[in-house]
Amino acid sequence: MTNLVEIRDLRVAFDGVPVLHGIDLDVARGEALGLVGESGCGKSVTWLAALGLLPGKASVSGRVTLEQTDLSGAPRDRLERVRGGRIAMIFQDPSSALNPVLKVGRQLVEALRLHRGLTGAAAKAEALRLMDLVGIPDARGRFTLYPHEFSGGQCQRIMIAMALAGEPDLLIADEPTTALDATIQAQILDLLARLRREMNMAMVFISHDLGAVAQVCERVCVMYAGRIVEEGTVSTLFDRPRHPYTRGLFDALPRLHGPRGALTPIPGTVPDPRNLPAGCAFAPRCNRAQGFCQRNRPDLLRQRDGRALACAYPLPEDDAAPDATAPRMTAHQEGCPT
Amino acid sequence: MIRFVSIRLLRALITVLAVMTFAFVVLRMSGDPAEVLLGPDVPQSVIDAFRAEWGLDAPLWQQYLSYLGAIFTGDFGVSMRDRSPALELVLERVPATLMLTIPALLLKLGIGIPAGVYAALHRDSAVDRGVILLAILGFTIPSFVLGLVLVLIFAVTLGVLPSGGMGTWQHAILPAITISIGGIGILARFSRSAMIEVLGQPYIRTASAKGVSWRDVVRGHALPNAAVPIVTIVGFMVGSLIAGAVVVETIFSWPGIGRLLIVSVSNRDLAVVQCILLLIAAVMVVSNLIVDLLYGWLDPRLRAQPAH
Repeated sequence: MTNLVEIRDLRVAFDGVPVLHGIDLDVARGEALGLVGESGCGKSVTWLAALGLLPGKASVSGRVTLEQTDLSGAPRDRLERVRGGRIAMIFQDPSSALNPVLKVGRQLVEALRLHRGLTGAAAKAEALRLMDLVGIPDARGRFTLYPHEFSGGQCQRIMIAMALAGEPDLLIADEPTTALDATIQAQILDLLARLRREMNMAMVFISHDLGAVAQVCERVCVMYAGRIVEEGTVSTLFDRPRHPYTRGLFDALPRLHGPRGALTPIPGTVPDPRNLPAGCAFAPRCNRAQGFCQRNRPDLLRQRDGRALACAYPLPEDDAAPDATAPRMTAHQEGCPT
Repeated sequence: MIRFVSIRLLRALITVLAVMTFAFVVLRMSGDPAEVLLGPDVPQSVIDAFRAEWGLDAPLWQQYLSYLGAIFTGDFGVSMRDRSPALELVLERVPATLMLTIPALLLKLGIGIPAGVYAALHRDSAVDRGVILLAILGFTIPSFVLGLVLVLIFAVTLGVLPSGGMGTWQHAILPAITISIGGIGILARFSRSAMIEVLGQPYIRTASAKGVSWRDVVRGHALPNAAVPIVTIVGFMVGSLIAGAVVVETIFSWPGIGRLLIVSVSNRDLAVVQCILLLIAAVMVVSNLIVDLLYGWLDPRLRAQPAH
């Protein structure tokens, strides 16, 4: 399978403070990749940097290629053709991600004009079809409404419709359900999964909701403090996480079945990017860390089972399962007793 | 919409009435026109006759009621100095004032807003810092100082522009610039901060992420949002078209409303002062009304909740 997007050694610093320390990431055509990690670990920054969407004070280095197109340091017009055309992006808070003073119809038509050259009645017809596709009832009647006249979930549907307008090869969904109610989250996840299948579109799903990632993704990257610490298929990582941080993420989730037990939070907090530990960034919070970890940073290495892992003392290969048979409650299954 | 406008209109009327009442009371409590106009050595009988003639001997509430009643029939009183109708005296000065304040307003808009927007788009650059510095300088320098400095440079030293009076269009240049400088500074700062605020909003990132060129992001997505706070300031500026030149008209001996106001106040020419204040209040209130209506037009979110 050829890679649609290849990111090599992507580094980002804000005002001289590095927040992304060399990310290597591939996205294959049509695949769904999850990007998981705590807030501030660099999940979103990776893709904002790849598309040149970071503010001017950010310094970015590394290579990002979209098939034959080099995006790193590309001229503005080349990036503008890619954005929304080949790579579209949707964001966390849909209500503030739409322009409040422009009618949603106009915002949709703008994307259609830019990437498909549609104007006038043709653009409107296509916009209505997209609104219909993402499940906006009475699209014709709501075409001329403003974003504040839609609910959060519907705004996210409009955002998705807008992202689909350019018929992209890759959709970056940056925490698309975080700001939504639990029931709406599930609907949006279903919608994204369905659209991806129907349009044969690759998707990068950025989230800290492991359940959502399991539902829509095939492969997962776990990020910590600006680095990828573990990467593999959903089944490999979710059944047998080997990085203590990945394992910690699972232990912090409540169980859906089985005996009630206390949740195990990961001790400590995410390190300040201005003041990272000398060795492994996770070592101060890790219960498996040894003296080696304080001084040395493990490389991300490919393992026998296909996963990539950056840990000197990972959980053993066989019994790392965090009670994998027991389904765990995730944010969109709220309402169940814990 | 009709409800919205009529509530606003009612409020506007109440505001004007409040200004009228306040001016009426304060003017009558702050000095006796008879003494000022007739001079110090006039016999008491003349003063009493003057008071009786102008109705100043009646109780304040009676004077007030007859004043109000006259206003509603379109009678704004006559000047105590030359007995010509106050409204006429005031209105014939309006064009002169507008001859200064309208070009000044255009300068404020034409320089202040673009400078602020440009600074916001090049935040933290040398140009941005320069704009901020000039803007602060612009609105902190008092107009009487600025006016005199400009006269010193362009009239006295260079001799290229007249130092005062009204005649050719060149006479209007220095006073118009003097009036505009402060407003340019205020608008530049306001436009800059409004633009910076808007450029940090998620929908700007959305527009960029869907491939809109930066130029169109600024024009089509950022400016319409930044317009709302800018319009507020512009509204104040439009409201002060009549009253904004009092000091400058005095410096440049420009025969506008401002000069008339100063002369009338020092003479206690009650009817004229009241008429000017009423006009100023009416213009301010009307421009606020227009701003309120513009808000709804500019920001659809404000249409849903009228009359706040």
